[in-house]
Amino acid sequence: MLTPFLIGLTVFVLAVFLGFEVIAKVPPTLHTPLMSGANAISGITIVGALIAASSSSPETANILGLLAVAFAMINVVGGYAVTDRMMKMFRGGKR
Amino acid sequence: MSAIIYVFYLISAAMFIVGLKLQQKVRSARKGNLVSAAGMLLAIVVTMVGMGTFDWSYILAGVVVGSTLGLITAYKVRMTDMPQMVAVFNGMGGGASALVALSFFYRVVLGDAGGGGTMESVMGVDGAVSAVLSVLIGGVTFSGSMVAFAKLQGLVSGQPTLLPGRHIINILLGLAVLAVGAWAAFFAHDPADLAMAVWLFLGLSLVLGVLLVIPIGGADMPVVISLLNSYSGLAASMTGFVLDNNLLIITGSLVGAAGIILTKIMCKAMNRSLANVIFGGFGAQTTGAGSGGEYTNVKSAGVDEAAMILDGAQSVIFVPGYGLAVAQAQHAVRELAEELQGRGVSVKYAIHPVAGRMPGHMNVLLAEANVPYDQLFEMDKINGEFKTTDVVVVLGANDVVNPAAANDKTSPIYGMPILNVHEARTVLVVKRSLGAGFAGIRNSLFEADNALMVFSDAKAALTGMLDELRED
Repeated sequence: MLTPFLIGLTVFVLAVFLGFEVIAKVPPTLHTPLMSGANAISGITIVGALIAASSSSPETANILGLLAVAFAMINVVGGYAVTDRMMKMFRGGKR
Repeated sequence: MSAIIYVFYLISAAMFIVGLKLQQKVRSARKGNLVSAAGMLLAIVVTMVGMGTFDWSYILAGVVVGSTLGLITAYKVRMTDMPQMVAVFNGMGGGASALVALSFFYRVVLGDAGGGGTMESVMGVDGAVSAVLSVLIGGVTFSGSMVAFAKLQGLVSGQPTLLPGRHIINILLGLAVLAVGAWAAFFAHDPADLAMAVWLFLGLSLVLGVLLVIPIGGADMPVVISLLNSYSGLAASMTGFVLDNNLLIITGSLVGAAGIILTKIMCKAMNRSLANVIFGGFGAQTTGAGSGGEYTNVKSAGVDEAAMILDGAQSVIFVPGYGLAVAQAQHAVRELAEELQGRGVSVKYAIHPVAGRMPGHMNVLLAEANVPYDQLFEMDKINGEFKTTDVVVVLGANDVVNPAAANDKTSPIYGMPILNVHEARTVLVVKRSLGAGFAGIRNSLFEADNALMVFSDAKAALTGMLDELRED
């Protein structure tokens, strides 16, 4: 009765609410880095991409997987790097 | 999936959540991002280990190419170009999710394991629907983000492109997406038909993404980017449903929620509903109409006069707009602020939620110029202070300081939250001309009794005022 799909759906709904709670408290000052950081997290699809690129056949699946890995890595690496670059610029007045 | 991998995935998901929580404070934000990145690395390593032995060449090629491109872009991009870069990265994430679903489809439905059945018969109803949604949302995110990038980067006109009968076109396209999607998921069973259905579906999704974004003007693009950010999360979640992977589902929905919240904030700050941004074609009809021109009683001041006014002030608030960043004057404003502070003047910056090109963009641009973040105040916190402020300096901001939004019911921007700069004793408006802002309407602040226009480029005006002050 409790299929993987239903478990997934439960997790999905709860995580959306969790997301609202966590994000709503981020101050406006940090919204740009937050957006780029959240963006990097959406690169989690890399996990699926890795699995896709490792399948033995057919060749089309592998090539699609390879593209997916490249796309997702741009998202992940670029996203985290630029977020870090932004966040280290923020500093207080009393140093 | 083995239990141990599942546990590591849960740890990774927890690290993303802790990372986001740490980003609630400026001081811990950088650490939060690192925790999140570590969670991602953990997920990648665990996945690779879990896959055992296989042909590494494809993965290696993808990882090397993707990481290199991502790193180069991240370190080369100018902070003013941040919105379009976020759009590109976002598009990549969405595109990757669509590609994963396609690849999975080729492997499971068309490959050795499957063959000769409908997508639904192989993957189940839930699997087939999630796969189709993953391609749709991922495809829309990819092409929509690329159009947003092209508009913000100036590769195509930032003006809304309104096709004749675009609503009908969109409805027809929507119906076609539904039909082809259903065909691909439930009805096509000959492998050649099935492959054609899936690629046609991807093509339609890409066209849909383009058509959804081209009617939206450059000034509204930040809303679109927030929204697409949310979509890229949703696409990842859908891919999670395809692969029965809770990590993707959790993480994708977190990002989906983040994008929705930021979209809401942007819409509120612009006094527009999301539907109005998406369907309105705002800004297309306003070009030329009522832009500038008919001002009376405008008083202007030279840079020397402006410096004298600043010299006599006890409290100064700077109101930076995107024009400041375009003029690359962030460092100049910081130097002027430091000079004033050295004289015992209280200096603050007032930041409107839509200053810049995305939420919080102006804060990043000022942080880059070493302006301490504790001198930056958001609209609600500082609006009460203008009444008691000697001098406000408006730098390259226009619509967000237009009193018409507060007191002229006939104004198109009536109701939009603004910074109440007109309440200050003196307002110096540094601007090249009396030209209109994004909303394309006249600004009654320019002819107010307490306002003085300083017709100049922001950077030239700021350095000029600084030189005058230092000479005294």
